[in-house]
Amino acid sequence: MLLKTILFMLFLSPPRVFSPDGTGKKLTIVLDIPDAIRPQITTLNLVRECSDGKVDTLDILPFLKAYTDNSLSYKKDYRYKILAYSNGNLIFESEWSEYIRPTAKWFDKDKLPLFIAMMLFTIIMIYYIAQARANKPLYLRPIAGLEAVNEAIGRATEMGRPIIYINGLTGISDIATIAALNILSHVTKRAGQFETRIVVPCYDPVVYTIAREIVKEAYTTIGRPDLFNPDDVYFATDSQFGYAAHVAARMVREQSATNFFMGYYFAESLILSETGASTGAIQVAGTDSVAQLPFFVVTCDYTLIGEELYAASAYLSREPLLTGTIKAQDLAKLLLVVVMVLLSISSLFKVNITLGLF
Amino acid sequence: MRPLLEKKIPLALVFIIGIIMTLQYFVPHPISQTIYDNSLMWNRAIASMAYIMAVVSFLRFHSRRLKDKNYAPYSLVAILSFAAMALIGFIGGTGSDSLFQKMYNNMMVPLQATTFSLLAFYMSSAAYRAFRIRGVEATVLMITAFIIIFGTTTIGNYVPKMNEIVEWIMAVPNLASKRGIMIGVGLGVVATSIKIILGIERNWVGG
Repeated sequence: MLLKTILFMLFLSPPRVFSPDGTGKKLTIVLDIPDAIRPQITTLNLVRECSDGKVDTLDILPFLKAYTDNSLSYKKDYRYKILAYSNGNLIFESEWSEYIRPTAKWFDKDKLPLFIAMMLFTIIMIYYIAQARANKPLYLRPIAGLEAVNEAIGRATEMGRPIIYINGLTGISDIATIAALNILSHVTKRAGQFETRIVVPCYDPVVYTIAREIVKEAYTTIGRPDLFNPDDVYFATDSQFGYAAHVAARMVREQSATNFFMGYYFAESLILSETGASTGAIQVAGTDSVAQLPFFVVTCDYTLIGEELYAASAYLSREPLLTGTIKAQDLAKLLLVVVMVLLSISSLFKVNITLGLF
Repeated sequence: MRPLLEKKIPLALVFIIGIIMTLQYFVPHPISQTIYDNSLMWNRAIASMAYIMAVVSFLRFHSRRLKDKNYAPYSLVAILSFAAMALIGFIGGTGSDSLFQKMYNNMMVPLQATTFSLLAFYMSSAAYRAFRIRGVEATVLMITAFIIIFGTTTIGNYVPKMNEIVEWIMAVPNLASKRGIMIGVGLGVVATSIKIILGIERNWVGG
């Protein structure tokens, strides 16, 4: 056994160490161990020595080909060596690597294409906003779901029944929720003009506080602060199916005339919308959740698909500055289509015109 | 003073923080990461305050409903359940062996699973409505759905080429539509973000 251990006792060259990204926290160590020796290893240790003299031993899995040490400081240097054991006996030990410092960069080059695309899109948006400011007429194609918003509110007014408005089941960090809250403001203003009650059960506490202020402000804006009822905008629960059960129960008991489902949804989407459909309510949904779109299309009278949710606020307000941004979106989409067609054709002829950007 | 506090300062804060956080995404430096980590902590701090307001809202909503005989039983159950779980959690803790956890696992989880299971029935009725042949689109939808459903069943596996057809439908027309939607959503997300950062979209502060 001793002889076997001595035979396997090899002094490897220093491990290769490099900084994998610009976060200044990581170093990747390539574990160049011959495949013939690997099956013998039962314990693999990586010894890390910091420039301040601190030494740590990291216990890593024997089959790993590379290991990323990701709790480092970009102000210190580190070096590594590999120790491998077979049943407690050291069978090889590498030399120390050179000292290396995790690189901390001020720009991630891998994100350059994204940065260029974002800047290009921002420039297009600013151009169209400037056009809108100059009062140039901008055409918006009719969106049936948004045309139906007023009709849906009117129906609730005629029937004397409430509107139920849901902001989706994600938090305020989701843009779909923000889009839903923007639409809520318009719907509340319109409903307030007809004194139609709007009920907003909330799933997320932060969204609840914002929705409450939006409804309150919307009523104040139309000169009817008296219409605001704090009990109509409330926190229901943050349990997914508990929330679905609560909203479904409200739809059935109060026979809401109109239901709005805006924002992002998960599996509860069908429970909510199918219950609403069974009560005979007119339903308008808007979501960017691709998985839930078919359910809404089937059960709702109108569905805003994907980007239409984000265009809704501009479409409903008809404010020139906001409509300018929709034109920018359309132009960006056209550019993307052109790029995709060009890249597809070039790939058919095996010509690479991506300039390494993708 | 009110417009300054309720509109101008929030809009200015959103502009400054929006620009910083946008640039932060492209900067991998540890300082940038620290800013991001701190912003997440702020988020959690704000969310915890919002939870207090949410609990007040919940109790207020249900306590008022106690006066209405149609809703009183449900609201009473809601308030009692809330109080019981809160008390049990405060007194006995929320560890894996605690009574709180047992009640959650044995009461809350089955209730959620029950509601979730209703989806099967809802799906049937929704599918019936969707597959009624009313036009060309509905017919195409029904035929496609039939192929997918049949192809993913055990019997479908024995039909030659069925698996390939199902895979093709999922990987080509289905995926193409999804990607089309996702591109639009991506642009919509960026546009909405820019609108909010630049203060063009102000509905969230009351318009």
